[in-house]
Amino acid sequence: MTTTSGGLLLALAILVPFVGVLAGLALGGRNAQRVTLATLPVGLGIAIAVAAALVRSGRPVVYLLGGWAPPLGVALRADGLSVVMMAAVAVVVCGIGLYARADFGIREGEPDTRASATFWALLPAVWGSLNLVFLSGDLFTCYVALELLTFAGVPLVCLEGRGETLRAALRYLVFALLGSVLYLLGCVLLYGAYGTLDIALLAQRSGPGALAWGALALMMAGLLAKTALFPLHIWLPPAHGGAPAPASAILSALVIKGSWFLVVRIWFDALPGVVTLASAQLLAAFGAAAILVGNVVALRQARLKLLIAYSTVAQIGYLFLMFPLVAGLEAAHLDAGPAVTGGMLQAISHATAKAAMFLAAGLIYKSLGHDRVADLRGAGRALPMTILAFALGGISLIGLPPSGGFFAKWLLLSASVATGQWWWALVMLAGGLLTSSYVFLVVVRALAPADEGWSPKAAVPRYQQAAVLGLALCSFLLGAAALSPVDVARIGRPAVVRVGSR
Amino acid sequence: MSAATLFGLCAATLVGLGLYGVIAHPQPLRKIVAFNILGSGVFLMLGSVARRGAAAGMGGDPVPQALLITGIVVAFSATALAIALLLRLSEVSGSVTLSSDAPAEPKPDAGKA
Repeated sequence: MTTTSGGLLLALAILVPFVGVLAGLALGGRNAQRVTLATLPVGLGIAIAVAAALVRSGRPVVYLLGGWAPPLGVALRADGLSVVMMAAVAVVVCGIGLYARADFGIREGEPDTRASATFWALLPAVWGSLNLVFLSGDLFTCYVALELLTFAGVPLVCLEGRGETLRAALRYLVFALLGSVLYLLGCVLLYGAYGTLDIALLAQRSGPGALAWGALALMMAGLLAKTALFPLHIWLPPAHGGAPAPASAILSALVIKGSWFLVVRIWFDALPGVVTLASAQLLAAFGAAAILVGNVVALRQARLKLLIAYSTVAQIGYLFLMFPLVAGLEAAHLDAGPAVTGGMLQAISHATAKAAMFLAAGLIYKSLGHDRVADLRGAGRALPMTILAFALGGISLIGLPPSGGFFAKWLLLSASVATGQWWWALVMLAGGLLTSSYVFLVVVRALAPADEGWSPKAAVPRYQQAAVLGLALCSFLLGAAALSPVDVARIGRPAVVRVGSR
Repeated sequence: MSAATLFGLCAATLVGLGLYGVIAHPQPLRKIVAFNILGSGVFLMLGSVARRGAAAGMGGDPVPQALLITGIVVAFSATALAIALLLRLSEVSGSVTLSSDAPAEPKPDAGKA
């Protein structure tokens, strides 16, 4: 393994956000905001450049830190999955950064509040940690990246500093730390068994056995706690309850995708010979329970913020349906690529749609002064672009054409029919029905005419609404990925995903 | 029973105790202490893996030792973050409990722990 051309871009993708964090902390005040806003286009450019390098060469982009090769050295490796996730995260971060310029903007001459300064430092920290998760070539670097992600994500919950938010942040931290330490224990067992933690080497050396199954179970338990999959989701709704809108968007759209990506990495790339169809069915069973329970509880919420939070709990369930579908396709000697692409697309369309929905909820709160679902009338008149964005994001979550959510669910549905696992198709359809109920509920209430003489509490800047609409359009138009000539997600991935003994 | 096996069993015991503590104790400070015990168990396991994997001539495999040191630093920072949150929570709300049905927050009393 050697450093390929364009490999330095991988190191830059991680360094640039963190240099932004340090510069922002050092310069402080308004300069922290300027530095962070300056890193947004740079990071987006790097993500696009890595994608271009990958598509051009058709092979994974590799960077060896210090020139030392694995297993003793650490390698950064970008394949199709990493690149797709990096680009999506970059777009969402840019959208959130633009939105937050109005919410956390520090005006000339004013001292910065603790919340604004912290936010402008944490946004690039989350971004850099996510890039590290997507690019790590070995499991221990993934552990460090996961911890960085947790440390950057937890303070976002308690930005406002009230007691209830601090409680939610502490609960999230306890869950996340338990998750990381279980993950680390799994890594220890894997090292003890196979002598390496490098992902490519583990794929060659690992095989079924009690030790490998134990390590896999521990790592999965830890990562599921961090991804808030049912039944370990109880930290997520309270964490969203008191967090400001941009912080909620980061938490729901980005932070939980990091640990989910690691589940995918470990399942398909690091331990393909260890996982079984039965364990994949178990994961998807949790996912199905998440879809049904999350959607039903979302319907019963009185506050818009909590409704969207429970919707996140449900949508995370979709992300785990791809595992038995890929296993089933492999067992039937069919091409498993579409199922993997479906899962990826679900992650990206959810990230953009959910970010748009949380930011829209923030704007509605600003304009109405509250976010009670029953009293949303007048919001459509005051914030037409925002309600449109909410509706477009909702369409992607339901899975209506031509949105990215539709394309993702279409791929997963056809995979479940092709493998004869029809029960997942039923769950997906039920989930779509339930999601549509609460999306329509919110949109219909928001479009109702306002009371006589009502006027918005605060003016919302145009560019904030445009940022939200931009994110929602990204999610809505992702279905166009079906027309792409190059299946970027497949570049650099093994042609056949081996599934271990049943 | 070799030293590595003995330490491995001890590590497993620590992991079990720590896991029980994190899940069973409702008070956040006890959860944090239990997380540290759990972490110590994992690090001890890394140490015994290093001992068991020692090549001829070396006392221990250096890679797990490096992972161990990194892990200790990460766990330390995690504990620092958790304690900071806990202190702030106690300052703001006057009580330290993770249950959300706590009564309305009393007026923050300077010096009340």
